[in-house]
Amino acid sequence: MPDKHLSTQFDSELTSVSSQVMEMGGLVESQILGAIKALSNRSLEAAEEVAVAEARVNAMEIEIDRDLSSIIARRQPTARDLRLLIAISKTTANLERVGDEAAKIARMARSIIDAGAPRSLPTVELRYAAELASGLLNKALDAFARLDVNAALSILKEDDEIDREFDGFVRILITYMMEDPRTISASLDLLFLAKAIERIGDHAKNIAEFIIYVVKGEDVRHSSLAQVEQAIQ
Amino acid sequence: MQNTDTSIARTKIAIKDLNFYYGKFKALKDINLDIPEGRVTAFIGPSGCGKSTLLRVLNRMFELYPEQRAEGQILLDGEDLLKSKDDVALLRAKVGMVFQKPTPFPMSIYDNVAFGVKLFENLSSSDMEERVEWALRKSALWTEVKDKLQQNGSSLSGGQQQRLCIARGIAIKPEVLLLDEPCSALDPISTAKVEELIVELKADYTVVIVTHNMQQAARCSDYTAYMYLGDLIEFGDTKQMFFKPQRKETEDYITGRFG
Repeated sequence: MPDKHLSTQFDSELTSVSSQVMEMGGLVESQILGAIKALSNRSLEAAEEVAVAEARVNAMEIEIDRDLSSIIARRQPTARDLRLLIAISKTTANLERVGDEAAKIARMARSIIDAGAPRSLPTVELRYAAELASGLLNKALDAFARLDVNAALSILKEDDEIDREFDGFVRILITYMMEDPRTISASLDLLFLAKAIERIGDHAKNIAEFIIYVVKGEDVRHSSLAQVEQAIQ
Repeated sequence: MQNTDTSIARTKIAIKDLNFYYGKFKALKDINLDIPEGRVTAFIGPSGCGKSTLLRVLNRMFELYPEQRAEGQILLDGEDLLKSKDDVALLRAKVGMVFQKPTPFPMSIYDNVAFGVKLFENLSSSDMEERVEWALRKSALWTEVKDKLQQNGSSLSGGQQQRLCIARGIAIKPEVLLLDEPCSALDPISTAKVEELIVELKADYTVVIVTHNMQQAARCSDYTAYMYLGDLIEFGDTKQMFFKPQRKETEDYITGRFG
């Protein structure tokens, strides 16, 4: 928030809760990277770290919500302050879900490792998609910190790319399974994994939509790109 | 996002190109504002913005002071009350006012309410009793005072006194009720009762309230006008105003960035 309130205490409360969201976001990003490392390096250690971080992410969601309730109760925020606090609440819920997806990926990586699946499976594409998704989440958090609606719009556009990657990956998996039915079990694991990555992109997109809600007061969920572009004019 | 639509309600008071002067000081600048009938309209803004001045112009309260003058039009049901030759008391019977501090008259609770009615209507004593009870019920005071109507009005608590003043205000059945900071001297419980009352009153009256308490405007008004240094900055639907005001000045004020 660029302008200062008369109450510096209010400002510092908003700053504090915003920086907690960024910290939670950073933690979730590292979970995604850890999960994908577990998969591509076949590292049980990395998978374990993701599981440990999940407990911390869950605790942060509760902490942030508690702080938000306290600010709302004591400050009765209005207009853009109110929109910011609502958006933060929704953002942390989305981040927590991203954390769940990362933990899911790590668990599946573990089961793929334990099952001793063939190394020929196409995990490279998956890593690329995961990097896209975590990059998108990173951009969404960065745009949230700066309340940058133009960056938010480009995130909405980029999420389409992750969706296309997912579709492409599904086609590749089908090819594998048809060629060698012994890969079906591991391929299905990879399919669920790809779906988890695709969901991460969706959460990043939701966060981008909340930025537009804070700055413009327009709720652009379930809107087309053209409608969003109009809203941020 | 719905747009503000004040056209749903009929306009009770149309303020057109209103300028107001305290001597040489221009306190209101080209105010244009339609106050909807049967709704609660709140004026908010920092001290000295002109919100109380505007309220006082609406029932010509300013005429008590020779150096104060108003230019422009204030149309009450289409009739310019600034140009009206009618007795100002008749105007105030139509446009009643309740002030910041409770102002009970030094007489019984009953007489406080009956006082104004006697000036305008010649009621039988049973009709008068009925009217007093009606006004006290409307102002949510009846159950608290019905057994002590002959006690002095000033024996009541601050919140009760203010509701007594509102009862006195509505007893003459005005069309418009002006409330100037009606809760600023009241505790939260009395404030809540008065706010509850304001919402009920709009079924029968057009209510205009001046308040320093923005949350009060947010809670009990349908429309809000934000004023600053004699200008009307923004006027619109209260819900919209507190969620997404159109003007940055309004947003800065209601979010506490003003200063």
